[in-house]
Amino acid sequence: MPGSTVADEIELIGTGKGGGGSSSGNDGNSGGGGDEWKGSSGSARVPQRAYVTGMTIALGGVLMFFMALVSAYIVRKDMPNSAWVPFNIPRILWLNTAILIASSFTLARSRSRFLANDDAGFRHWWGVTTILGIFFLIGQVIAWRQLAAAGVFLATNAASSFFYVFTAAHGLHLLGGVLALVYVAFRPTHRLTKGTATEVVSMYWHFMDGLWVFLFLLLLLGR
Amino acid sequence: MPPSNRNSMSGSAAPAAMLAILIVIMVVATVYVFLANPFPSRPPAAITSVGLLVDHQYFLTLCVTGVVFILSQLGLAYAIWRFRDRGQTAHFTRGSNTLEMIWTTATIVLFLGLGLMGRKAWAEVRFTPPESNAVQVEVTTNQFVFNFRYPGPDGKFGKLDPAQVSSSTGNPLGLDSKDPDGKDDIVVPTLTVPVDRQVELLIRSQDVIHNFYVRELRLQQDAVPGMVIPIHFTANQTGRYEIVCTQLCGLGHYRMRSFLDVVSEPDYQNFLKQQAATQ
Amino acid sequence: MSSHAHTGHAVVVEPSGFIRKYIFSIDHKVIGIQYFLLALTAVCVGIVLSLLMRFHLVYPGAHLPFVSGGIMTPEQYMALVTMHGTIMVFFVLTTAPQGGFGNYFLPIQIGAPDMAFPRLNMLSFWVTFLAFVAILAAFVVPGGAPISGWTGYTPLSGMGEVTGPGEGMGQTLWIVSISLFCLASLLGALNFIATTIDLRAPGMTLFRMPLTVWGWFVTAILGLLAFGILLAGGVLLLLDRSAGTSFFLPAGLVVNDQLQPHSGGSPLLWQHLFWFFGHPEVYIAILPGMGVASHVLSTFARKPVYGYRAMAMAICAIGFLGFMVWGHHMFLSGMSPYSGFAFSVLTMSIGVPSAIKTFNWIGTLWGGKIQFKSPMLFALGFVSLFVSGGLSGLFLAQPAVDNMLHATYYVVAHFHLVMGVAAIFGIFAATYFWFPKMFGRMMSEPLAKIHFWVTFAGTYCIFMPMHFVGLAGGLRRYADATGTTYASALQPIHMFMTYAAFITAAAQLVFLFNFFWSLKHGAVAGKNPWNATTLEWITDSPPPIDNFGGHYPSVYRGPYEFSVPGYRQDFIPQNLTPEEAARLK
Repeated sequence: MPGSTVADEIELIGTGKGGGGSSSGNDGNSGGGGDEWKGSSGSARVPQRAYVTGMTIALGGVLMFFMALVSAYIVRKDMPNSAWVPFNIPRILWLNTAILIASSFTLARSRSRFLANDDAGFRHWWGVTTILGIFFLIGQVIAWRQLAAAGVFLATNAASSFFYVFTAAHGLHLLGGVLALVYVAFRPTHRLTKGTATEVVSMYWHFMDGLWVFLFLLLLLGR
Repeated sequence: MPPSNRNSMSGSAAPAAMLAILIVIMVVATVYVFLANPFPSRPPAAITSVGLLVDHQYFLTLCVTGVVFILSQLGLAYAIWRFRDRGQTAHFTRGSNTLEMIWTTATIVLFLGLGLMGRKAWAEVRFTPPESNAVQVEVTTNQFVFNFRYPGPDGKFGKLDPAQVSSSTGNPLGLDSKDPDGKDDIVVPTLTVPVDRQVELLIRSQDVIHNFYVRELRLQQDAVPGMVIPIHFTANQTGRYEIVCTQLCGLGHYRMRSFLDVVSEPDYQNFLKQQAATQ
Repeated sequence: MSSHAHTGHAVVVEPSGFIRKYIFSIDHKVIGIQYFLLALTAVCVGIVLSLLMRFHLVYPGAHLPFVSGGIMTPEQYMALVTMHGTIMVFFVLTTAPQGGFGNYFLPIQIGAPDMAFPRLNMLSFWVTFLAFVAILAAFVVPGGAPISGWTGYTPLSGMGEVTGPGEGMGQTLWIVSISLFCLASLLGALNFIATTIDLRAPGMTLFRMPLTVWGWFVTAILGLLAFGILLAGGVLLLLDRSAGTSFFLPAGLVVNDQLQPHSGGSPLLWQHLFWFFGHPEVYIAILPGMGVASHVLSTFARKPVYGYRAMAMAICAIGFLGFMVWGHHMFLSGMSPYSGFAFSVLTMSIGVPSAIKTFNWIGTLWGGKIQFKSPMLFALGFVSLFVSGGLSGLFLAQPAVDNMLHATYYVVAHFHLVMGVAAIFGIFAATYFWFPKMFGRMMSEPLAKIHFWVTFAGTYCIFMPMHFVGLAGGLRRYADATGTTYASALQPIHMFMTYAAFITAAAQLVFLFNFFWSLKHGAVAGKNPWNATTLEWITDSPPPIDNFGGHYPSVYRGPYEFSVPGYRQDFIPQNLTPEEAARLK
């Protein structure tokens, strides 16, 4: 082939040289504060903020799932001739709600201890949060057993069906949160720094707390 | 050598021509069928004035979309042919904001205008209540039959009790034996109505979702269990018309059908008398 | 080697062992190919189902040796209808464009080494695979596959075997499969969105992203917001069927003279939940194809995409409006007619960004230098088919006209043209376009052209006449139309469509052969056989494990700088610095 053509030159230019872009050239870059694919900490090749973005997005998806259930509930309740038979919400739910709200406070406390480099404080409040979460779940199960004892089951009527579906769906998600709390406490994280891991788990936990308060109020006001 | 300069000039005429011609043939064939109706491609004539409104709106939409269809497909075919690679340089442009504004506005006006113009045909049936002297017939659907119930000489529909449904003993609708109003109710498998009088159908279902559709009425309505859905029409032509179920209801969906008989007023009165006598 | 900046040691480690490399791989490229192969399997199954349907419609009494009982029963036909729709919509149209090509090329086109969450990506694929196994299992369980259509309306789908064959275990498996698919898609959407937001190369602003990336990005947002709704519906339906609840089942249901023990539910609730998902779903099926069409049209007309910003915003508008129009599937459902009218106006509105895209596609071609390579042929076909299919939507969007078209073959023609043909053409265009990059070899152009011509003509022959069947009153989901007097007159048209279907299906064998033969025997492909501008074309074919061999690019210009005046070559890759590009003048 006589000499190199423009295309050959472009091939060289386009790919060979150090992929363009100075290390400080971050205009318009959304790759995050200088920690693009450097691998300086060995394995942190994805910017930490991607995990926060990911959790935010995930919560959006979870929200839509619950909103489908909530809108079904609202429409069903207000249907004419709907034979909506309300029942008494077990009183323990108030306690459970208080426990869960408290757990958000303890979690926030734990995070602030972490950011203040107080590892003992962080671990202490993280543990308290975990235990409160477990108590919440136990409390929810107790509520179910109380209802069952009163003859109110999943299929008893529309109101009870929604109650069980709401509490079960939320409870399953919260169980996932508890497992995440335990995991972060005990296992070293590779791709996420401890700071990011605690941040995203906190986001999830606070969201589940807020969601529960919303569902609880909905069930209360809907009677 | 970059492939874009090599042989593409002569190579592009054949595919350009073929594609453009195929598109043109497709457009011509489609327009031809719409205009000439060489095989069954249209609904039968409508037998209600609202049906004519529906036809009018359909025709209007056909004209608008037809023009858009022809212009865009032929425009595409033209661009394919005219701008095939003949060794020219492409004309660099990023677009034109003015053009975007123009065709966006035009499309909004056209599409929304079309939609708003269809309001009347929909409103006449769905937003307008039936006349007070409309003939009321209850339509009950189940897998896979239609049943039609008239209130009988007392003008009142008897109560229905789902627990008393028994098609094997001649009570497919579950007429409540304890309700005297139901004693004279007429239950028949085809729908007979008088011409030129408004008919209100109360559409319901016993099991799954079905649908009541008569092409000539340009009217269909899903029959939803748990609901009674009213629609009304005034047929202006006598005749026998097919009623079909259009909502998938199980394995017998394809054979679920009945007939609408539009008859003269005297014939309708005879029908009611005969049926009353056999209840 | 320096340890900073973009040169230096690769940060992605090549896995060892067959299992880690090809089965449980976290490499988005492998996962993309896995999704593609899953979709390829699914489309073969789906086409066979449709051929059986088309055959039955014209020879209802034919003796079929592989059918138990010899002659296809109505319920078997309905099972074919249900499974064909379900498999095609979920496992082909939602899988190949997004899970397949999106997974493979989104990271590369934005200059990233992989998706943001590679392990999650792998999980998404395998859950999708499980979902596929579950849906196929419905064919072999007692009672067979469900007969309630891909839409699964209650109460037909909500009461078990009593409403019909296949409604027992088959329907349950359908719900399980769909639910698993929802979970997998939610995880996938999460990955796509986080990757697009956080992993773009320096210099790649939103408005320098290729339109393919816009398509995948907005599609992922739709998926994130829509699949949760279907999952909720699926959970409630499972409870109705197996736990005695009555979310969708009203009181007083009598099946076979038996009063059913449910009360208080609403069949319309299922429809609302399903279609709130279902309508965004069809935009999920088409948006990636629109992105590919813009991308390919620009590349092979050697011109920038006409109105790039308008195109990107049109994709967003379609996505946004797509959430507001679900009621147009329910005009005649018993929903309030006032809501119906509101949905109608919104639906007519969604025609606007679609029309804008069509004008801009033609604008992209106008004044261009069109090269008729196989990707381009399919992209051009996409435009024509999308116009044809989209315009029939304008009829269906009006409730008054819907009175005469609902549930007829007109609807089937409409959605097949847009989804079953246009979206498929988007997949074909993507395949022919990116095969060289994925596999390092060119596909055979002559075979590709045969595939294109027969498929383009063939699909028009199948689906254009179908509109007329619908207009004349031919009804969908009918196992046998010959019972209605007026429908029997339509049989000759059905026969024509069936012939066209078999011929077109045969042409797909050419594609399959071309695909697999070229993997081994195609001409070796260079880095940039199409002289394209986006980032995937600067790296090897196929790309190395971390996509760029450690040399991660930065971006200096938009994605469609073709035929820029003053330059010797008619394309400027996105990653060239201004100095490097100046050397092209």
